[in-house]
Amino acid sequence: MNSSNTLLPRRDWIGFALLAVLLIIVLPLALDAFRLNLAGKYLTYAFVALGLVLCWGYGGVLSLGQGVFFGLGGYCMAMFLKLESSDPESTRIQSTPGIPDFMDWNQITELPWWWELFYSLPFTLLAVVLIPVLFAWVIGVAMFKRRVGGVYFAIITQAIAAILTILIIGQQGYTGGVNGITDLRTLMGWDIRTDAAKQALYFVCVALLFLCLLVAQFVRNNKVGRLLVAIREREDRVRFSGYDVANFKVFVFCLAAAFSAIGGAMFTLQVGFMSPSFVGIVPSIEMVIFCAVGGRLSLLGAVYGALLVNWTKTTFSESFPELWLFAMGGLFIAVVLAFPNGLAGLFQQHIAPRLPNWYRSGPPTVASAAPAPQPPLAEPSKPTASNAGTL
Amino acid sequence: MFSEYSGSELVSIFAMQGFAGLILFAVLVLMALGLAIIFGQMGVINMAHGEFMILGAYITYFTSMLFASQFPDLFAGYFFVAMALAFVATFALGTLVEWSMIRFLYRRPLDTLLATWGLSLILQQFYRSVFGAREVGVTIPEWMMGSYAITDTIEIPINGIFVMILTLVIATWLYFLMYRSNWGKQVRAVVQNRPMAAAVGINTEKVDRLTFGLGCGIAGVAGSAFTMIGSTGPTSGQLYIVDTFLVVVFGGAGSLLGTIVSAFGISQAQSTMEFFLSGSMAKVLTLLTVVGVLMLRPQGLLALKIRK
Amino acid sequence: MKHPPPPLDRRRRRLTGWLAALPLSLALGQGVVAAPPPTAEVNSTGLAVTDDSVTVGILHSVTGTMAISETGSVQAEKLAIDQINAMGGVLGRKIDYIQEDGASDWPTFAEKAKKLLVNDKVAAVFGCWTSASRKAVLPVFEQYNGMLYYPTFYEGLEQSPNVIYTGQEATQQIIAGIDWVVREKGAKTFYLLGSDYIWPRTSNKIARKHIEKLGLKVVGEEYYPLGHTQFNSVINKIKLRKPDVIYAIVVGGSNVAFYKQLKAAGIDMTKENPLVLTISVTEDEILGIGGENIVGAYAAMKYFQSLDNANNAAFVKAFKAKWGDDIVIGDVTQAAYLGPWLWKAAVEKAGSFDVDKVREASPGIELTTAPEGYVRVHENHHLWSKTRIGRAKRDGQYELVFETEELMEPDPFPEGYQ
Repeated sequence: MNSSNTLLPRRDWIGFALLAVLLIIVLPLALDAFRLNLAGKYLTYAFVALGLVLCWGYGGVLSLGQGVFFGLGGYCMAMFLKLESSDPESTRIQSTPGIPDFMDWNQITELPWWWELFYSLPFTLLAVVLIPVLFAWVIGVAMFKRRVGGVYFAIITQAIAAILTILIIGQQGYTGGVNGITDLRTLMGWDIRTDAAKQALYFVCVALLFLCLLVAQFVRNNKVGRLLVAIREREDRVRFSGYDVANFKVFVFCLAAAFSAIGGAMFTLQVGFMSPSFVGIVPSIEMVIFCAVGGRLSLLGAVYGALLVNWTKTTFSESFPELWLFAMGGLFIAVVLAFPNGLAGLFQQHIAPRLPNWYRSGPPTVASAAPAPQPPLAEPSKPTASNAGTL
Repeated sequence: MFSEYSGSELVSIFAMQGFAGLILFAVLVLMALGLAIIFGQMGVINMAHGEFMILGAYITYFTSMLFASQFPDLFAGYFFVAMALAFVATFALGTLVEWSMIRFLYRRPLDTLLATWGLSLILQQFYRSVFGAREVGVTIPEWMMGSYAITDTIEIPINGIFVMILTLVIATWLYFLMYRSNWGKQVRAVVQNRPMAAAVGINTEKVDRLTFGLGCGIAGVAGSAFTMIGSTGPTSGQLYIVDTFLVVVFGGAGSLLGTIVSAFGISQAQSTMEFFLSGSMAKVLTLLTVVGVLMLRPQGLLALKIRK
Repeated sequence: MKHPPPPLDRRRRRLTGWLAALPLSLALGQGVVAAPPPTAEVNSTGLAVTDDSVTVGILHSVTGTMAISETGSVQAEKLAIDQINAMGGVLGRKIDYIQEDGASDWPTFAEKAKKLLVNDKVAAVFGCWTSASRKAVLPVFEQYNGMLYYPTFYEGLEQSPNVIYTGQEATQQIIAGIDWVVREKGAKTFYLLGSDYIWPRTSNKIARKHIEKLGLKVVGEEYYPLGHTQFNSVINKIKLRKPDVIYAIVVGGSNVAFYKQLKAAGIDMTKENPLVLTISVTEDEILGIGGENIVGAYAAMKYFQSLDNANNAAFVKAFKAKWGDDIVIGDVTQAAYLGPWLWKAAVEKAGSFDVDKVREASPGIELTTAPEGYVRVHENHHLWSKTRIGRAKRDGQYELVFETEELMEPDPFPEGYQ
């Protein structure tokens, strides 16, 4: 296994550098403003996929409700931006100027107290991360302390996603309902809709993504990371060794929630609105596929997976909208059956062995082709533990 | 709210509401039985369950068209033929899916979740391409429409009675199949101890395949029955999925009885709350209650297996 | 995009063009297309216009849950474009269209809208169906100054300079309908029912205010989540309260379930006890519900496929010829059909494809060839149109029972109803 002392051993460093070159230099040069903005949007999904790599790939906790945290972070940011664009001057045609338009249509005459909190940017930035994390903490503690795991946990996260969607759509006076919170214009006076702004936001998104990647890398190379792998493989043994398994699971679940929330906030900034269609079951499952395609054990794979799947979706849906759904369904099946470690797994199997030795520091990795057999109702099968150090 | 009604009127209303709850119970059980078999007995999550149901519904649609044009005199009885055909078709598709995909994933339940989700996308698009994006209307025979008046003021929808009887028949049949037949014994053996079952000569692969097919077949029959009460379109399967999963998980894996009990609880809670509160709130409260109970008792109400 | 030719050239070309056109048109009368005005004249904002073609966008859901409803709109818009092209196009230019799939996903709608406006530089977009998709694309249209023709009947409360709303807004559908049912059927009590999102809630709010203004009673108001399929409880409640009218705004898959279960519960709508009045069931929805399940219900729309006038006869015939004999045409489909015609009329009045000029020219545009009879564009970008009540028949068509004498004025921000 890789040395645990260095944060970025050589092989990982090269991978990071390549990604940095791609995102910071190649894409901005190659794409026009519209497509660069699309790339920025795909990168926000990468945050969620990154969280899932830690949570599911390393920790064995599959959450099918990451949309909840993506949405919570996104809605917090949207509330701030909406309040800013609902100043009394621009809303003077409303019955009650100074409040968001959807509140006006629902005959609400004053801002609820919990909306007023979002006038402040520092509070919003804190809320974007803290509220989803708090939510994740509550769910995690309730579930993991009682040793709910695996399939049950996945389905319960689905139920939670469904509940939150219904609540948001139903309380349309306070949340904008099924339309979502739209028409967001400026951030502290800076117009976020111009091409220049979208470019700047793209780079902010890339910077935050790298920050999260480093945090994830740190967690993974740390003792925590190894414990997570151990929990995934043999939870009972870890428990018997004296560790409180639940705490680790809660930690990684909250971390994944935090990443997703940041992604959600960046999404709101780049796309200009947030709606409950990102909170529900379908988008949450799609976010899992980004993670799976890239390789559920690979941090960089999460980013590539998100970019690749979304880019393919946009291209296909322009030319062959009907064919796309067949392709996406087929992708799910193929990833699960044929290449369970995603693109990163393919890379490990076929390309890495051919690279020069200096690239690979440390003992050669053992990339296994077939998933190892597991006891029933256990977590997803994965390659042997020594492979856990690959990107 | 109740002051302006006479005693007998109130009795009628509560009786009808009770039946509404029972109908909802039957609907939930019918939806969930197919999934419970597959999930409970085999540990496989079939996210395409809704799409199998809709396949049954489409087959019913075609049968109705066939009878309307070829055998108009027999139209009144076409529904039973349609259900039989639906069972056969979904059973066949189920075994095909099992053979091509599921059997590689038995020890990876989370992966089956993803793979079957992919399958559901493919099926949805297939329906859309073949049958069109629009919903299709299935014409029901006359005798199945309308309601049956037990007394002057208490009326029960006939399709509700039909669904209840159907559910009873299927549940009883399943019980005998699982607990009183040789094949059921084999299935239970494979579930409890696969290597030993194989060692004593049970063809575990065939058992798995038939069980999956059976679960899908029941889903097809459920979908066929639901043409009486719901819509039939490429995406209609999505309407049933979340409820079905919750019923199965709430009841506890590995226990068909648990599924039935949980369906009863959820249906009564939901229909009672719907009566006194508004629809959306009732749904949210029901979901919250289920999630809450699951957090307290994660293995479900009547789990027979020790969960990890 | 062509560069504008140098001024002298342009004037000379224009002069030549008009000189040529004059005797030609005098000789052959109307219907003959003169040499089309040069591109530089009709396009000063860099839209996708050439000397013989102009590009527009079609933005609807071809996949996903909304595909069920939006298919009709796409078909109608394509038919209108074909017919306009057969007549010589707009300003002598053939209409090309780029069709994008919104995939029933609002962010995708926004993304595709931006692509159409910014990358493809289309002159107009015919699209959207749900309010959510319209709300998602609205900032894009306002930022890039595009023009959207939006066909669905909706809740109002909006009036954008970049949208022309060819469907009715809530007051046009609701108020006349309630007045009719009170006047003709003597209704006194109402039970309001809807799917839980903005359109039914806002519509019911307007309905309630109007009902109470007339001094009548609302005995119940309920909402069910989108996709809900079990309505037996609310049907029991309705039986308990015994309203004269069930005012139903149920949408999507729930529609089918509701009407099937209503009929199964023994409520025979033909007996009108209670009477069912809806604003959300068009001929398209009846395909899924089944005529026998909804026979006897009343719907308040502005168009029914069964309307008996020359325009509609020709329209239905052309529609069936192009898309199949079994096709049905609902209110939204017809409203979508109006879009390209209204755009063509505005462009020809303005003499230009520029969105600002089209916008200026739009109010007051009349269409006497509309299948619904006659419409006129209001300053608030909605249409003057009649309200009609139809009764559902077993074969899935509506039978017209009432239409307003006058055109109803669109009022997206109704005073006293907010």
